[in-house]
Amino acid sequence: MIDVTTPPAPQKNRPFLGGRRVYRPNAKHVPVLATLALLIVMYSIGVYNYDGFSDTQVLLNVFVDNAFLLVVAVGMTFVILTGGIDLSVGAVIALTTTVAATLLAAGWPAGVVLPLVLLIGTVLGLGMGAVIHFFKVEPFIATLAGMFLARGLSLLIDRNSIPITNDFWTQMAQKRFRFGEGIFISLNVVIALIVVLIAALVLAWNRFGRNVYAIGGNADSALLMGLPVGRTRIAVYTLSGFCASLGGVLYSFYTSSGYSLHGQGLELDAIAAVVIGGVLLTGGSGYVLGTVLGVLVLGLIQTIIAFQGDLNSWWTRIVVGVLLFAFIVLQRLVTRKAK
Amino acid sequence: MTILRHRLFWPIAVLVVLLLSNLIFSNNFFKVTLLDGHLYGSLIDILRRSAPLVLVALGMTLVIATGGIDLSVGSVMAISGALACLLIGDLSNPDAVGPVLLVVVAAIALCVVAGLWNGFLVAVLGIQPIIATLILMVAGRGVAQLITDGQILNVHSSPYRVIGAGYFLAVPVSFLIAAVAVALTVALTRRTALGLLLESVGGSPTASRLAGIRSRRITVMVYVCAAAFAGVAGLIYSSDISSADSNAAGNLIELNAILAVVLGGTALTGGRFSIAGSVLGAVIITTLDITAVSVGVPVETTLLFKAIVVIILCLAQSATFRAKVFGRFGTRRAEVPA
Amino acid sequence: MAEQAVLRMTGIKKIFPGVVALDGVDFRLLPGEIHALMGENGAGKSTLIKVLTGVYGIDGGEIHLGDAPVLFTGPLQAQQAGISTVYQEVNLCPNLSVAENIFIGREPRRFGRIQWSEMRRRAHGLLARLDLDIDVSAQLDSFSLAIQQMVAIARAIDIQARVLILDEPTSSLDASEVDQLFAVMRRLRDDGVAILFVSHFLDQVYEIADRMTVLRNGGLIGEFRTAELPQMQLVAKMIGKELEALEKIEEQTKDVTVAERRTPILEARELGRTGAIAPFNLTIHQGEVVGLAGLLGSGRTELARLLFGADRPDHGELLVDGKAAAIKAPRDAMANGIAFSSENRRTEGIIGELTVRENIILALQAARGWTRPIPRRRQDELVDKYIKALQIRPADPERQVRDLSGGNQQKVLLARWLIVEPRLLIIDEPTRGIDVGAKAEIQRLVAQLADGGMAVLFVSAELEEVLRLSHKIEVLRDRRLVEELENGDDVDADRIMQTIASGATS
Repeated sequence: MIDVTTPPAPQKNRPFLGGRRVYRPNAKHVPVLATLALLIVMYSIGVYNYDGFSDTQVLLNVFVDNAFLLVVAVGMTFVILTGGIDLSVGAVIALTTTVAATLLAAGWPAGVVLPLVLLIGTVLGLGMGAVIHFFKVEPFIATLAGMFLARGLSLLIDRNSIPITNDFWTQMAQKRFRFGEGIFISLNVVIALIVVLIAALVLAWNRFGRNVYAIGGNADSALLMGLPVGRTRIAVYTLSGFCASLGGVLYSFYTSSGYSLHGQGLELDAIAAVVIGGVLLTGGSGYVLGTVLGVLVLGLIQTIIAFQGDLNSWWTRIVVGVLLFAFIVLQRLVTRKAK
Repeated sequence: MTILRHRLFWPIAVLVVLLLSNLIFSNNFFKVTLLDGHLYGSLIDILRRSAPLVLVALGMTLVIATGGIDLSVGSVMAISGALACLLIGDLSNPDAVGPVLLVVVAAIALCVVAGLWNGFLVAVLGIQPIIATLILMVAGRGVAQLITDGQILNVHSSPYRVIGAGYFLAVPVSFLIAAVAVALTVALTRRTALGLLLESVGGSPTASRLAGIRSRRITVMVYVCAAAFAGVAGLIYSSDISSADSNAAGNLIELNAILAVVLGGTALTGGRFSIAGSVLGAVIITTLDITAVSVGVPVETTLLFKAIVVIILCLAQSATFRAKVFGRFGTRRAEVPA
Repeated sequence: MAEQAVLRMTGIKKIFPGVVALDGVDFRLLPGEIHALMGENGAGKSTLIKVLTGVYGIDGGEIHLGDAPVLFTGPLQAQQAGISTVYQEVNLCPNLSVAENIFIGREPRRFGRIQWSEMRRRAHGLLARLDLDIDVSAQLDSFSLAIQQMVAIARAIDIQARVLILDEPTSSLDASEVDQLFAVMRRLRDDGVAILFVSHFLDQVYEIADRMTVLRNGGLIGEFRTAELPQMQLVAKMIGKELEALEKIEEQTKDVTVAERRTPILEARELGRTGAIAPFNLTIHQGEVVGLAGLLGSGRTELARLLFGADRPDHGELLVDGKAAAIKAPRDAMANGIAFSSENRRTEGIIGELTVRENIILALQAARGWTRPIPRRRQDELVDKYIKALQIRPADPERQVRDLSGGNQQKVLLARWLIVEPRLLIIDEPTRGIDVGAKAEIQRLVAQLADGGMAVLFVSAELEEVLRLSHKIEVLRDRRLVEELENGDDVDADRIMQTIASGATS
């Protein structure tokens, strides 16, 4: 018999998550668990220190205020899982809101505008993915060009903020799901959660999702194993483009406006959320659930700072930077130990 | 020399075309006048306004030569301006030259610390440069706002104002600073062996190690240089507007600087670098912004142009693209497998 | 031949720019046999495998699978036709589970949903066939390389392979793991799978292979039954005799007697590194040429790298001039007067986009530090001197080094180390892949250097060359230094081959 270097885990016939899900022990879960612990600590601090922090709506508002970021971060999760990066997401949000607002102002029906703006982001993502795959251009540079392009286009269309008064948009923006007195979530949250759910299912149960992990683990191996590396990689950027434009739509619901300067620096927030959520920046490891936790951490930081009152918004950046550092070092340690 | 000329031919051509196209919209574009002992004119304006980007692009060139990248330069600019304005605000006599000079040194020293941090993450902890410098990119602006307490700090100090808005012998001081920095960098890299070692590390880290090069030390050094130059750029920016604006200072400058470096013919994969090329690239980008204003289109639409330039340059640098488009003429000799 | 070959390759020709990698090679594989592909580095083994699996196209010849001519355009096609490959480095995804690594791309699905439990069950069954009982839902990289190798084989045989290619599967396994692997290979063979096996360990080949095909310099030497080819003859066929009429190196180098080589420069005491080379003792004296002989993978390069600090030893100590020296990095070795020219010229030697001049002065400059640049005039003098002395062509110091031929690149590398005036020069395979003329020049240079008092550690796959140059020959086998021979009249290629083939004799 061959020696097994790690203590052989007991044969798991016990069901885990319904008994079908592949359970990867130890290292993989450390970052997500760390994020979860961080979240709980932050929430406890908030509840302990501030009156009214324990209101359910405070927590729900974190979702309401960050639904668009969640959608964008989900797309970013796919990209980062393959070991890539997408810098264009913030600019795609700007482009989406600007195009939507302009067309709606021109009297186009919402039923045409909505699919159209979603298509724009998707096609842009497809283009970036194709350049990355076919011409072996670094994702960083290709998506940087995409960012310039999207931001430039939206500025070309209109430099000013355009209010959206379209009925459908207003309805969507005002749609609330109430669970009791003063407890509600917006439509955006529902959409974001559906996106999260689909993404989680795809990553865990679908061949495409598993290919994403395989590419992030070792792209050369994946190719030799006969996996459709090129197709998957292009699809991932396309998906991120779609998520970014969907995030843009949610953002336009949220702000009822289109503006070419919307979403500035949002790519950094999305990347930070994904990293804090425990997704390995070099690819191949991480979960959508982690990304959700990452977005919640970012949202909760803002909430705490708002409650504190005398702390200012720049603390958000500093804290996010510190967390980024902590999680990147944690990732280094975890991957080193695994080797 | 022929190689050099070849490498810089396109950047120069682009710059000339840009400058000439300005003539169509403004007849006085090339006119330089001497007024109150100061030179005025669009060309002088371009030189003056290029200074921060030239400085940042210089540092970025060195970092990229080693195969790295520095995303934090914009944040470092903000930090340096913020600290300088804070300290000047505290001076009893902000018009005294000595104390202001000390302040400037202090601000740059803080930036050097930031550079050491980046270098530490990249060279010692072995974190990918994009990721490592992302940390400071995110946190740095927060630190700058922390320093200024979130305000836009206005300062009134005539010596400080000289840095960004002053003139020396009729020439803008910011231009002189950038020129000195360029000269210094050229001397540092081409008069010493630093340039060779940089190119060697960027060209092949393994071979460099086996040749006995201390790549770790060199890597830290380039990040320190990048941060120090960004710090000076931050001082110029803040001095020009006599205030510290932590949000606007150096916004998107990391991307412009990377673009300038790539425009100048330095490949993002590291190795051979061209300081002259990066300077030209930075001037082109500034000229583009100024041209947009004089032509009357929104400055931001230059982003579109930049996007197109980035795409073309990347495709031109992509060996795969050359191979696909130009067939075997564009490809290098294939590696012979063992 | 009575038996019907499952795979037949005839007259295979593969040309890379400037090199004929395969020249009219015939190869056939019978069902239910284990067939070893033998040859030294550069013989064309990996090129043949890559041609077979569709990674490379061919410039001539035919491939028949069964009766049908085939031409694969990629690994996937080859897989689908029943040719599976397991590479030396495990080509799986370390971040996925064992089960997933076996089935990814072919996962059992229902309504597009992956059936994890079904997949685990099948993975478990498949591994049971290989006598392996592990947790298939655990992440691949939590297991040893041996098990990862088994998983790769499990993946390969699940594709209903008719032909299984194992490219150096044993290089990272220990003895019991190798036994385990061989048991699996025998079982697969008995099931009718044709196995192509590449290994540098002769004992293993003789233990497992039914037949073998020997390649040398891209040409076919022959196909043999293992039982009918003694190890000694195999080694002779792999290494070959120097056919080219090389200019004779003056025999005087050998005249330096033991008495004159009395000052030791470097002494390794029980120096070793787990997985690379077993602890060894070695003393190198002033003016001495020490040859390292052994087959590829015998630990030649690993030994050389340890002496230079390119890899860190985890055993024993290194003495320079009789004093313990802390050599943790190449820099430390250089400070002690040791220089090392790697066998991987392109990736670890030259820096392609720099010029000849820059490449030559690089090590000297690194030793001086960046603040003390070598004055340009001094650079030009040095570079000119060595371009002339080594006859580097084209003699243009400002030419990019990647535009030079292999032999001239090698000379540039030698020049890089010669200008630092080392006391011990370690050169790993300096003559591989370069033309005969350059080869003779480099050999002559080594002899001259030793005459001048420099110690040289000369690593080469060519025994003739080692014999011609060395005062002392260290023979390696299976990552172990097995014998030290004083070069003399009683030592010839046969004597060394005997050691390589059979282990220590004395």
